[in-house]
Amino acid sequence: MWDLLLAPFMIRAVIAAAVTGLAAPGIGTYLVQRRLSLLGDGIGHITVTGVALGLLTGTSPTYTAVVVAVLGALAIELIRTSGKATGDLALALLFYGGIAGGLVLVQLAGNGAFALQAYLFGSITTISADDVVVSLVLAGIVIVAGLALMPQLFAVSHDEDFARASGVPVWFYNTLVSVLAAVTVSVAMRTVGLLLVSALMIIPVATSQQFSRSFRSTMLFAMVGGLLASLGGVVISAFLNLPPGATIVLVSLAGFVATSPVGMLLHRRRRAQVPYDADALPLHEAAGERHRHEHGPGCGHLAVEHGDHVDYVHDGHRHAVHVTGEGQHYDEH
Amino acid sequence: MNQAPPLALADVGVVLDGRPIVRDVTFDVQPGQVVAILGANGSGKSTLLKALVGLNPISHGSVLLFGTPQPRFRDWARVGYVPQRSNLGTGVPATVREVVASGRIARRRPFVPMSRHEHDLVDHAVDLVGLAGRATHPVSTLSGGQQQRVLVARTLAGEPDLLLLDEPNAGVDHASQLAIAETLGGRADAGASIVVVLHELGPFAPLIDRVVALREGRITYDGPPDQLAEGAAHAHHHHDDDDHGPLPPMQAPLEGGR
Repeated sequence: MWDLLLAPFMIRAVIAAAVTGLAAPGIGTYLVQRRLSLLGDGIGHITVTGVALGLLTGTSPTYTAVVVAVLGALAIELIRTSGKATGDLALALLFYGGIAGGLVLVQLAGNGAFALQAYLFGSITTISADDVVVSLVLAGIVIVAGLALMPQLFAVSHDEDFARASGVPVWFYNTLVSVLAAVTVSVAMRTVGLLLVSALMIIPVATSQQFSRSFRSTMLFAMVGGLLASLGGVVISAFLNLPPGATIVLVSLAGFVATSPVGMLLHRRRRAQVPYDADALPLHEAAGERHRHEHGPGCGHLAVEHGDHVDYVHDGHRHAVHVTGEGQHYDEH
Repeated sequence: MNQAPPLALADVGVVLDGRPIVRDVTFDVQPGQVVAILGANGSGKSTLLKALVGLNPISHGSVLLFGTPQPRFRDWARVGYVPQRSNLGTGVPATVREVVASGRIARRRPFVPMSRHEHDLVDHAVDLVGLAGRATHPVSTLSGGQQQRVLVARTLAGEPDLLLLDEPNAGVDHASQLAIAETLGGRADAGASIVVVLHELGPFAPLIDRVVALREGRITYDGPPDQLAEGAAHAHHHHDDDDHGPLPPMQAPLEGGR
């Protein structure tokens, strides 16, 4: 069975899957932060026309896909920043125009829609050595830019107004993120296919952000998760004779589903511990409940900061220690 | 050396969607001065502040930043903007320290990591607003007041000479208001100029050298805070430049692009 894993086509597939799995969630983290989770999907739709142009003209669809994807990303960015109320609609027109135009062009090329299938759903096991090299270079650019420009891209994605007021060329970095997303789509096209590209950009980020505290760790864990899902998906699909692209996405989804109960618990716990803001004057109303124990670390009641002291959540009430000359009791806060 | 004032406005007007929001605003801010822009909701005070940093268009008049007309101004690292608290906690998680470090962005060059000194500046800014113990916590786990303090720290980390704050008291608990006021007082003592948009002076009162009161986009009072109550009540008597008297509010939008 190890013969299969060491076959040249399998080695090429594993390399292509690995770089896609790293690059897609890397750029996907910025898309999620900018609330553009579906941007990859939109670029994917437009890229169908790029692939068809390649088939029609006899050039490698990988190259035409990159060019059309980048042009599409620039168009989306232009529509988005023009700030028209119809921007949302314009994007939809662009997406469906892209997919319909691609289908018509492919028919003109005499290939029929069948030729598109390898690009719509991925065909990682038929990837050529040249395509592997192109994927390595393009994914490398995306990963390096995504990591090395993190301060700039984070500032722009996190608070665009603040970045603009700081004199940062916001349009440049926004466009850069879109272009990097377009390049990622072109790379991932051969691995997971244009229709599932967005999944690999977003799902690992959704999984990772359940646990991480920082932006940086969200991104790094998402990249590791994307890498594991891609490698796992390729190997599983090879042994079980499943479509690789879809298997990669399902493995990635399985990772999210398996971790989400823990993620939800963690989220609820964090929400519950958000400190209460304190008013100038604390309340002095003694708590009605009888206390058989003293509230403190490890007493089992949730401790939440309230201004300069700690409240304990006790049967839906917030109790704060109040020490007087006659001893201590609990105030309702 | 003849030093230009950090901020000088002359006849500034802001028109949004064809509606004049700010009109004929003229004042300047000297080094080390703390100026409060006071006004009710809809008085144009936040609109004006955003126009100063380029987030709203300046439709009329001129704004000079450190002597340079705002459209040609490039030294944005000297200007620190603190926006009104927004949804800091949504989207991808980010720690307090990450958000505060992004305040250095105006002074950073691409591909160059932060120096030891810059890391210290970020830590110091987090410490100044009293959040040192929470530097590695996600901002989403902070209370509203603490999140506003993060925004102040983010701007301080950029070491600006002119601070522009948009309602740092809105929805902020008393303890955080005091913490922010104290931090700003320290910056003013160190020579920074501060313009702060406020609904009411509150804990900022001891800091304020001068109040500019806005009403429906026009200045109704400009002077020391202690004469404000009297000045605001009889705005037109105290406003020298007011050659046509205050217009009834209903006619204001019909004035055109002024």
